[in-house]
Amino acid sequence: MKALELLSIRKRFGDLIANDHISLTLARGEVLALLGENGAGKSTLMNILFGHYVPDSGSINVFGETLTPGKPQEALARGVGMVHQHFTLADNLSVLDNVMLGAEKLTRVASGHSAARERLQQLSAQFGLTVSPDVLIRSLSVGEKQRVEILKALYRGARILILDEPTSVLTPPESSALFATLKKLVADGLSIIFISHKLDEVLAISDRVAVLRQGKLVFEGVTRDATKATLARAMVGHDVTRVERAHVEPSSSATWHDALPLLRLVKVSAVSPDSRVPLDRVSLNVRAGEIVAIAGVSGNGQTLLADVLFGLVKPSAGHTVLGKRVARIPEDREHSGSVGDLSVWENAILPRMNDLRFFVWGVLKRAAARAHATSLVKTFDVRLSSIEQPIRRLSGGNMQKLILGRELSELPDVIIAAQPTWGLDVGAVAFVHQQLLDARERGAAVLIISEDLDEVFALADRVAVMSKGRLSEAVPAAEWSRENIGLAMAGEAAAA
Amino acid sequence: MACHLPYVWCAKRTLCLCQQTTLMRLEPRTSISPLATASAGLGAIAFTLVVCALLILWANADVFTAYGAIFTGAFGSRFAITETLTRATPLIFTGLAAAVAFRARLYNIGAEGQLYVGAIVAVAASMWMTNEAGELGLPVALAFPLMIAAGALAGALLLLIPTLLKTAFKVDEVVTTLLLNFIALLFVSMLLDGPMKDPTAMGWPQSPTLLADLEFSKLMRRARVHSGLLFASVISVVLWCVLSFTRFGLALRAVGASPRGAAFAGISVNATLIKVALISGALAGLAGVGEVAGRTGYVTLDMSPGYGYSGIVIAMLAGLNPLGVVLAAVFVGAAIVGADAMSRVVNVPTYIADVIVATALIAVLVSGLLTQYKVKWR
Repeated sequence: MKALELLSIRKRFGDLIANDHISLTLARGEVLALLGENGAGKSTLMNILFGHYVPDSGSINVFGETLTPGKPQEALARGVGMVHQHFTLADNLSVLDNVMLGAEKLTRVASGHSAARERLQQLSAQFGLTVSPDVLIRSLSVGEKQRVEILKALYRGARILILDEPTSVLTPPESSALFATLKKLVADGLSIIFISHKLDEVLAISDRVAVLRQGKLVFEGVTRDATKATLARAMVGHDVTRVERAHVEPSSSATWHDALPLLRLVKVSAVSPDSRVPLDRVSLNVRAGEIVAIAGVSGNGQTLLADVLFGLVKPSAGHTVLGKRVARIPEDREHSGSVGDLSVWENAILPRMNDLRFFVWGVLKRAAARAHATSLVKTFDVRLSSIEQPIRRLSGGNMQKLILGRELSELPDVIIAAQPTWGLDVGAVAFVHQQLLDARERGAAVLIISEDLDEVFALADRVAVMSKGRLSEAVPAAEWSRENIGLAMAGEAAAA
Repeated sequence: MACHLPYVWCAKRTLCLCQQTTLMRLEPRTSISPLATASAGLGAIAFTLVVCALLILWANADVFTAYGAIFTGAFGSRFAITETLTRATPLIFTGLAAAVAFRARLYNIGAEGQLYVGAIVAVAASMWMTNEAGELGLPVALAFPLMIAAGALAGALLLLIPTLLKTAFKVDEVVTTLLLNFIALLFVSMLLDGPMKDPTAMGWPQSPTLLADLEFSKLMRRARVHSGLLFASVISVVLWCVLSFTRFGLALRAVGASPRGAAFAGISVNATLIKVALISGALAGLAGVGEVAGRTGYVTLDMSPGYGYSGIVIAMLAGLNPLGVVLAAVFVGAAIVGADAMSRVVNVPTYIADVIVATALIAVLVSGLLTQYKVKWR
């Protein structure tokens, strides 16, 4: 009997098919690695397994019995435990309290601390998960917190353990300790699903590998037979549809090489409390009429780099040079790119607070601002009922079109776009791409920061890869092979 | 429109808790009809009247007599109306102080302290401008605006302290402004028992009386309503215009709605907050100036029955709209004056005024939420 069977799971969100008839099995005492890029559908699948989402079709069997969809309590009761990438621990409680939290009956009067402590100590001795039951979570290191998360799942009787990118927050020695623990758990008969995009780890720890890409299961096999190259290729995909683009070869013009770059980063280092990875001497040039893309797995410092370029974070060393008119398209269009509760027309002029077209002596020229917004809405095909409605009510695609229009209508010479098509539907993606290509033809220097390799190769003249806060050299897109870039993103190889 | 208001956000959070118990769910409405908005308002009024009617019944009084007495007490005569408006005047100022600050999500809970400091500084200014003969040493045209400016500045500076702590060190201004109230009040108390004690007040802790030249003119004979009411109303219109039609107003609303989005657009969040603090503190200070120069003439420690805190309620009742603040202040003023009059007619304590205001606030919050969201029961 299999520990877990996922049978033809399908889930769609609007136009996006997050899981397209995915079937997976997990045997007892087996480690299954689940690989895939961001947005490949890993989290959706795990959320369905855990009962957070209800699948459109398909069913789940746990130890031979069908799981009622949409019931996290039932998944827990049947022995499915999950360790999230971002821990779900109460900082101000002790280890023991955290482990007990939620596992106790609310109606029980006695606290049951002593029994729980005994069981916790027995579990931690059995699997080498040493933590003191009485220290506060606050005072633990990241690796120790993860141990508590695993103990928490075991305490609840988990027989199937899902680990979501467990090593992304760990130092190398902590990772090896985790692997030793996982081996002990498997030896005890537990089954583990290990979600990751680090190929080395997957090869080291797993028995079988499944690769998801754009909601589909594209590879499933025994780890022994897989190599890093085959996995990287499966993860990134071979068949890439490039959008049509005019063949302007910027490098063909004689003056181009001598032209001063419009965007220059010179050995920029930066730290930010919001970013785990600091920027480490990042250098980059973007010249007029070219698109440079920065590829990379999320959380490798791209957001911080964007914040430096957007002027939100001051670099601690190095400097940036930007052209005069800079278009800024932020990653988070709902919280940075717009102010949700202000109207569409107010958002259309918000970054132009010193523009005489819209303000005279500090007084807002409402008619001019509204006319500007109306023309943006028309030119960039923003679908809305009224420019008076709060921008929050627009769909992601329409919001992005407005932000894009707001920036591109100023005919910028530098465009910085972070994840410009994140979460957009196919039509909106094509629109955004076309706008960026048009801007390039007009002679703008375009920098795109993207986690979507299809997008990177569809648009970029040159591509650089960001990994652990460092940026590789930007080389012409054609010189990257799919395998090479996959490995570079995983921090395996320096450059092509 | 009301969706960005903090209190709707709070109410939404509360209801989110209900969602987790899977009893009910909130779904944003795609369109908000004016009819729904109007009926929500009427519903809120009806709800308030019904709840308070139950309390009046409980107190063994006739509901219609009691409500009638409240209404006549607040609006039934020339005297009643002037009393209501006199009450409303400081409430407009403190309501505006809260509204403008809350719009920028600067939670100024310190209007009470700013009011007292504004009042005591107005008296201090009057004393400072008095010559040895006990008369005004300066022309009235100069001294009058000087006194007003001094009171406003005092309130502004008192709010500047916690705001700078917020912008520089992220200290929560709810705590600091609230606690500064007690510091301000004790400071005023010290002045009233020390350097600013009126020697002719027979030992009472009371400041010297303001020079008659500096008093706000009365609007009517034989009534306490004074020109501070006009002043407050004009300021509310000005503030409304600033919020709607100026660059600063747009920046203020952007900072309040999303500091991150505003910062990305190049608006200095800290500079905006500091400007807002100066305006909000000045308005609360003006409430104190108005009370001392328009009504009492001197400062005592029972000068304000919590006008500063009522300002918050009024701002919220008004949906943080400066024009609405005037109406809400008159409503609260009427409830207080009316309940006072009613308690003399029927046997219901004046506390009913607080209940009316509080119930109205809850009803307005919930109805505001229901116009924004649909509730789905499972």
